[in-house]
Amino acid sequence: MSEQENRNIAIELKGVKKQYRLGQIGGGTLTADLQSWWARVRGKEDPNIRIDQDQRLIGKTFMALNGIDLTIYQGEAIGIIGSNGAGKSTMLKLLSRVTAPTAGDIDIYGRVASMLEVGTGFHGEMTGRENVYLNGAILGMTKAEIDAKMEDIIEFSEVREFIDTPVKRYSSGMYVKLAFSVAAHLDSEIMIMDEVLAVGDINFQQKCLKKMRSAATEEGRTVLYVSHNMSTIRQLCNRCIVLDGGKIIYDGDVEEAINVYSKSVKTNDFIDNKIVLANIDRGRNYDTINELLMTELTVNSPTISMGEPFVFKMSFKTKKRKVDSVLRIVIFSKDGAVVGGTYSDLFTLYKRNNNEVGFSFCTGNLAPGTYLVDLILCSYENGVQEKHDYLSRAFSFSVLETKVHYNMQWKKAYWGNVIFDKVRVLNNGKTDSEG
Amino acid sequence: MNGKIVKANQYHTHISSKSRRFSLNFKEVWNYRDLIWLFTKKNFKLIYKQTVLGPAWIVLNPIISSLIYMVVFGKIAGMGTDGVPQILFYLSGSAIWTLFSTCLTNNASTFTQNANVFGKVYFPRLTMPVSTVISSIIQFGVQMILVLILLAYFTITGQVHPNWTAWLLLPFVIIQLGALGLGFGIIISSLTTKYRDLALLVTFGVQLWMYATPVVYPLSILGNSALKVAIMINPVTMPVEVFRYAVLGVGTLNPLFIGISLAVTIAVLILGISVFNRVEKTFMDTV
Repeated sequence: MSEQENRNIAIELKGVKKQYRLGQIGGGTLTADLQSWWARVRGKEDPNIRIDQDQRLIGKTFMALNGIDLTIYQGEAIGIIGSNGAGKSTMLKLLSRVTAPTAGDIDIYGRVASMLEVGTGFHGEMTGRENVYLNGAILGMTKAEIDAKMEDIIEFSEVREFIDTPVKRYSSGMYVKLAFSVAAHLDSEIMIMDEVLAVGDINFQQKCLKKMRSAATEEGRTVLYVSHNMSTIRQLCNRCIVLDGGKIIYDGDVEEAINVYSKSVKTNDFIDNKIVLANIDRGRNYDTINELLMTELTVNSPTISMGEPFVFKMSFKTKKRKVDSVLRIVIFSKDGAVVGGTYSDLFTLYKRNNNEVGFSFCTGNLAPGTYLVDLILCSYENGVQEKHDYLSRAFSFSVLETKVHYNMQWKKAYWGNVIFDKVRVLNNGKTDSEG
Repeated sequence: MNGKIVKANQYHTHISSKSRRFSLNFKEVWNYRDLIWLFTKKNFKLIYKQTVLGPAWIVLNPIISSLIYMVVFGKIAGMGTDGVPQILFYLSGSAIWTLFSTCLTNNASTFTQNANVFGKVYFPRLTMPVSTVISSIIQFGVQMILVLILLAYFTITGQVHPNWTAWLLLPFVIIQLGALGLGFGIIISSLTTKYRDLALLVTFGVQLWMYATPVVYPLSILGNSALKVAIMINPVTMPVEVFRYAVLGVGTLNPLFIGISLAVTIAVLILGISVFNRVEKTFMDTV
């Protein structure tokens, strides 16, 4: 107890709430806003009453965070877990000062280095070195500080040979490595990370975790880390917070937190990259047959970078041997529109409780974003197709934008969910390797 | 480790839901001066990145528009230039106008264009508009070299008589126009986070504004009409005339309207910064 009090507070949240308006955002008219403003200036009652005072509008708002009280001490490595929409990202956004809370107070003691996304502010046309300066400055370093750290950053990033090449020619892995190196070498007292380690190779992931771990234990820095990957949480954190519906439902020991989270989780969220499919309600059509059943799904990571294949493993329970089994995949965008689908090769399922089959699905043309997946297990015996098991919106996965073409971020809302292969230029006289 | 902790407490940030409208932290912007400089460098690097002529466009632009003005306003419309050689008159006018208009238009899209970066990391947002203004001033400086070359020629040949003492006013004119462009620009950019149609209005509006400012014509050709008063109320008019008075030795100065122009500039700047300051906290939720 007394030891607790002696420790220095790094971050303190008191009654923090964050409200979002649903539906039409920013749809107020200029006239209405001017009216409200004029009323406020004169100290009169606002003719366009604010959301929280109008009962009818309550349904149109959403509390992403609903009363968070939390004290974080210096040198703690805190994991934040919770299902999608629990408020994790909102919390990090508030702490990174990207947006302001609707209610409550936050006190932060120390400088914050936030990595909500890999390579924020990286510009394709500029070289690695120039981007280190720009990115470092955006994160709050001065030029002199960056100069002093430049060697370490380049060394850690493993991209020394390419440091004077425009980053548009980098592979996604190199991009991530350089970006992480900048953030890791900041002289900040608090580091905020939102699953940035999802991309990059395993070795580099381990290196990053080690770096963050030592930042917390040896340098006394405070680390906040959001992830769906429990093994990295276990590795890095010494305290863990579980968020659900915008509230803290557990705060304390890491293992216990993971337990609490697993219980709170709705059926279709990945826990340790795994989803148990056996108990999910199939709806009316498929609940009784159960001759062939999809029981489990395991992925390498529910987040992949653009162009990477999505690799997963499935377990099937089968009462009868099926030779020509096929897995059909249908992909939907987050708003429910169908994007497309595909079939697997034929595979054989044996009469046993646990058939494990690995799959690799090419996502080369999917634009960055989150997608929902329907899984349909069929067989194709004697030319007759039979549906055996069907899981609607079985899981979701995300594609990260790691490569930007011609300096343009892919605008999904206008350009769609699919990026076709690049258009070839014919008869140009010579080939232009500049890209 | 103890030293580290003591140091950490120097950086205390308090975030509250209660917005303090004028809580602009200039010290913070100053701490990020390296970032301002890097943004400025980036602006230059990227504008001319994939062009054939590169930075030459900085001077080519005003030369081409001046030639067009010479044909359209000088030859066809037959407007006078207060006895100043046409090329010098239009070139200097276009340089000083471009200073203001680039500050305005480039800042008008600050929030919407950078939503991506702003949504992921915090830094004082004002660094971006400030770097835009610095870029515009540097660009103006380059264009002024061209103006000075012409000016030297025409002064030696006796066709122009600059008021050299009035040159001391030029830094203030530049700062005022920068501030005015910044103010209007960030007001528009703050409003466009909610009302997108304003962005469409800007290009069109700036063009109209140029004709409401004595850029392609001298104020003197308006005589004493009501139109002249209307144009003099335009806060850009007086700085442009002061500039012309110093550089070309001709211009209509009026202390009352200079006062109005300064007052408007200060008001717009304060309003702009306070609106910007308010919007930057939550615009990510509406953009």
